[in-house]
Amino acid sequence: MAATPLSSCSELTPRADLKPDRVGLDTLAPGESALVCGLTGDGPIERRLLDLGLLPGTRVLALRRAPLGDPIEYELRGYRLCLRRSEARRVCVEREAAGACADAPR
Amino acid sequence: MRGRPTLSAAAIAPHGAEALLRLGLVGSPNSGKTTLFNALTGLRAKVGNYPGVTVERREGAVDLAGRPAILIDLPGAYSLTPVSEDEAVVSRLLAGELEGVAPPDALAVVADACSLERSLLLVAQVLRLRLPTCLVLTMTDELVARGGKLDLRRLEAALGIPVLPVVGHRGVGIDALRRLLGHPDAWSRPPIVPPEGAIERGAWAESVLAHVLTTRPGRSRTTDAIDRVLLHPVAGVLVFAAVMVLFFQLIFAWAQPAMDGIDAAVGALSAALRGALPPSLASDLLIDGVVAGVGSVIVFLPQIVLVLGLLHLLDDLGYMARAAFVIDRVMGWIGLEGRAFVSLLSSYACAVPGIMATRTIPSARDRLVTILVSPLMTCSARLPVYALLIAAFVPDRAVLGPIGLQGLVLLGLYLLGGLSALLVAALLKRTLFPGEGLPFYMELPPYRVPTLKLLFTQVWGGARAFLKRAGTIILLVSIVLWGLLTFPRVEAPQGLSAEAARSYAMEQSVAGRVGHALEPVLAPLGFDWKIGVGLVASLAAREVIVATLAQIYAATDEAGSLRDAIRRDVHADGRPVYTPATVASLLVFFVYALQCMSTLAVMRRETNSWRWPAFAFCYLLALAYGASYLVHRVVDAWT
Repeated sequence: MAATPLSSCSELTPRADLKPDRVGLDTLAPGESALVCGLTGDGPIERRLLDLGLLPGTRVLALRRAPLGDPIEYELRGYRLCLRRSEARRVCVEREAAGACADAPR
Repeated sequence: MRGRPTLSAAAIAPHGAEALLRLGLVGSPNSGKTTLFNALTGLRAKVGNYPGVTVERREGAVDLAGRPAILIDLPGAYSLTPVSEDEAVVSRLLAGELEGVAPPDALAVVADACSLERSLLLVAQVLRLRLPTCLVLTMTDELVARGGKLDLRRLEAALGIPVLPVVGHRGVGIDALRRLLGHPDAWSRPPIVPPEGAIERGAWAESVLAHVLTTRPGRSRTTDAIDRVLLHPVAGVLVFAAVMVLFFQLIFAWAQPAMDGIDAAVGALSAALRGALPPSLASDLLIDGVVAGVGSVIVFLPQIVLVLGLLHLLDDLGYMARAAFVIDRVMGWIGLEGRAFVSLLSSYACAVPGIMATRTIPSARDRLVTILVSPLMTCSARLPVYALLIAAFVPDRAVLGPIGLQGLVLLGLYLLGGLSALLVAALLKRTLFPGEGLPFYMELPPYRVPTLKLLFTQVWGGARAFLKRAGTIILLVSIVLWGLLTFPRVEAPQGLSAEAARSYAMEQSVAGRVGHALEPVLAPLGFDWKIGVGLVASLAAREVIVATLAQIYAATDEAGSLRDAIRRDVHADGRPVYTPATVASLLVFFVYALQCMSTLAVMRRETNSWRWPAFAFCYLLALAYGASYLVHRVVDAWT
């Protein structure tokens, strides 16, 4: 699981052009983890997502969906964060093998 | 300045040569910052608003091992690059750009030791301000419990600033913290500041962390286990529903005896005063104005204290964020978020704590919308009014098994209020407050056992603010209303009973004349002048209409006497005053109208301007009038 070069998708990346293994954070199923490779924009929402620790190279684990499907609870950088799909899809991630590293270091 | 023994909380010094040491506490929400602030200042915090914005300002006098200082609890922020009003206050205050507020001389960054990996991102930004800074690590007991190991010496060396571990709620490390905070001039400064960009900050934080965190904390097993139930798709929703039902049950079941007690005590005080004082204008003012007016507000204190207590308890435990997580989707449909639900729910008991609870909503727009619709939630002050009208005019017959018609009407009124609040919120979000707001993000903190001391501080703070800020306005308005109901003074004709004389005097008073003058306006709703006077009086608090009507109808204090009086009341031409259309219209009027000066006073306090309470009052009055008119017409045509 080589970390994506930090600069590769920190600029605006149209989601249609994503490589097959690069998906929006919202597509992770509970239990799946992924590495952040960038954000799809650079507005205030993306800035905030960066400030919350969703930086390139960060491992994120999807924990669970709310009973009505949204928001989704993630674990990253030692804490738990809820995001709605609309925000989570702005985070571009590279999927890791499911369940492989739920408790390994980042 | 040193060695001054005590310091009054009021002495928040302006910026200047003689200024006291001003220390700012910076940290993200859930970092334990407020617990620490309370532990350091005790109950001496001074709460207000920052100039021009709806952001709470908390400052308190502290004694830092002999050196008096001012501690500033800055609003919780994840970053100094603001996306919300609260955070803009933090960055502007720290940059010295906030008019009328001096920037702090030194900063203490408060960070949760278990999520240091994220907190360091904020530390990096704060260090770039080049103010004397220290790092206070909270939850260090939890870090150890979860098997984490942190090398504090190395962390100090890597950051170049003093680092101090504390366990805020147990008071561990607080004395050492006081000694440290007292001498910011002696703090080490970082030789070079961390890099600027977000991505570079991330790399910096990782390099620091790799150096100091010898063993990472494991996941909190307790939190995992509890969340498996509380956030379960089925069990989670059931628990959510159960907590909400329990919330109501406790508020109504527990608050009622205390409220009845206060009511009885106010009544006894009035009776004692009436017996002890010779009848005069001054004694009337004292008894009917001051005691009755303030009493009608104090009576809600048990409920406010209970709601605030339960809200803070659930929040300190960590359940509030879970409840918001479960219900967020539903609130998303109307353009709000999960945290607004909690506040709206509290408004079902009383809008005052409900409006206070909006402080947990990060988006200023969402907070304002929530505040503006909270008076629509059926608060307990409407119950006496609903109870009187329903008991008098809705037949007591069973509809479906044990469910009676009276109960159904009451339920309908509750639902009408709640649904209207959601509809108005959706409308306001699409009209007055359009556009994409803040991104939704919310931390789910580990479950923690709160301390009684913290809970007490929080509840006392809220109750005191209510009594003090609302109390002054309410006292004033009560006196004015008493004046309106009393002057000009007219001699009642001979031979009337005391009750009838009071009723006669009231009809001749300014309020009585206003009631008569309002008749053309109120006639389309089916209201006569007596209801008009009741409505004028109920501007103070909704349930006051019951007492006012009782005085107008010269009802005795006997139970049921007012009910019979309004049932029998007829117009000059013999038609009954309270037709089904009028009763329905009056009930609907009370669903919508904002007749509560406590709510207005708290809105003023929370939004820092009279503009929003005025807006809320006007739009709700228009809504009440429109809906009552419509209901009156429809029911009239139907019956």
